[in-house]
Amino acid sequence: MSTSTSLVIICLHEKEVDFELVPVDLFAGEQKQPHFLAKNPFGQVPVLEDGDLTLFESRAISAYIAEKFKETGYDLLRHQNLQEAALVKVWMEVESQQFHPAIAPIVYQFYVVPLKGVSPDQAIIDDNLEKLGKVLDIYEARLSSTKYLAGDFYSLADLHHLPYTCYLMKTTAASVINERPHVKAWWEDISSRPVSKKAAEGMTFGEKCTLKIKALLL
Amino acid sequence: MAAPVKVYGPTLSTAVSRVLACLIEKDVDFQLIPINMSKGEHKKPDFIKMQPFGQVPAFQDESISLFESRAICRYICDKYADKGNKELYGTNPLAKASIDQWLEAEGQSFNPPSGALVFQLAFAPRMKIPQDEGLIKQNQEKLGKVLDVYEKRLGESRFLAGDEFSLADLSHLPNTQYLVAGTDRGELFTSRKNVGRWWSEISSRESWKKVVQMQKSG
Repeated sequence: MSTSTSLVIICLHEKEVDFELVPVDLFAGEQKQPHFLAKNPFGQVPVLEDGDLTLFESRAISAYIAEKFKETGYDLLRHQNLQEAALVKVWMEVESQQFHPAIAPIVYQFYVVPLKGVSPDQAIIDDNLEKLGKVLDIYEARLSSTKYLAGDFYSLADLHHLPYTCYLMKTTAASVINERPHVKAWWEDISSRPVSKKAAEGMTFGEKCTLKIKALLL
Repeated sequence: MAAPVKVYGPTLSTAVSRVLACLIEKDVDFQLIPINMSKGEHKKPDFIKMQPFGQVPAFQDESISLFESRAICRYICDKYADKGNKELYGTNPLAKASIDQWLEAEGQSFNPPSGALVFQLAFAPRMKIPQDEGLIKQNQEKLGKVLDVYEKRLGESRFLAGDEFSLADLSHLPNTQYLVAGTDRGELFTSRKNVGRWWSEISSRESWKKVVQMQKSG
């Protein structure tokens, strides 16, 4: 299951939104075929279809879902409090611009590279673990004053960290999380939410990924 | 009358100029507080309190203290929805979703290679850091592929998210300005007909001209 697709699925579940999952065969390169490129010209998954709207980029999709269904399920965006909502936006960008660039290459080396019959490149792993460590030092300081990233409330900012970290925790690189007590406690908390646990069960790399989502409205 | 918002950072910073462009488009009064990065002001404790990653910009709107330029821009557009350019972040959820989609594409696909090129070609020489030819070549190729997608999109649509200039287009201004006006790689943009047309249009907006003027005199 692709990390980006898992992200959207977790968000849909937290918002209690019904959806239909449509398979896209990544290993057969379906995402680069014209019919898919018409939906996402970057040839990546997932894509959301909701009525006339077609949307790509998992973070844009999750923000759209959280906003549209703000009155149902868990309050991921804190839309009723300007200050809290602003901090959710800040830490969502931190995940996007600081956390993701460091963790993605590590997960790629551990999970994707072996599928091509190549050994993981330890230099790339070490280099990015150092970068990720520096980012997590800042998270450690932050999480010693607030329970979650944007404040004392779970939000979309924390949720965005779930898929990649879930994969990281199954490798020897898990120490980067476990060595930092507040980060570790935060991870244990957000990954033990019922929706997070259910999503983790579906996250086994290498299987044919289901990637295009149609959201059906109630 | 509310106090002007505060932006901390040098005008030459791409991320700072992203926020300034947004503030000017939204007609929001601001006070720019310069941060001297060559003297390490961005790593001092007072600044780190506002921006724990020690990067620019930092932003304050009365009691709300934010960082990450794209989060700041989204906040400005939400809080000051009725000021200045009302279309900047869309006036309905579908328009907003499309803008978020292309803002994510900028952050995830455009920014890494273009940002690396800006650093290598515009900043490294000034900082007397040796250029890395391998990185330049690699990122030029990556950026070329992204611009091929933009070329197709901008043949179908006047701006990235639709018929109106939006935050998604604005977010591309800082890096592109450096590459087109400050390096010899501008042809990456100008040799592509639709991208060239789009660049010409977005860079001649009054708001961006003001930011460029601030960069020249700052």
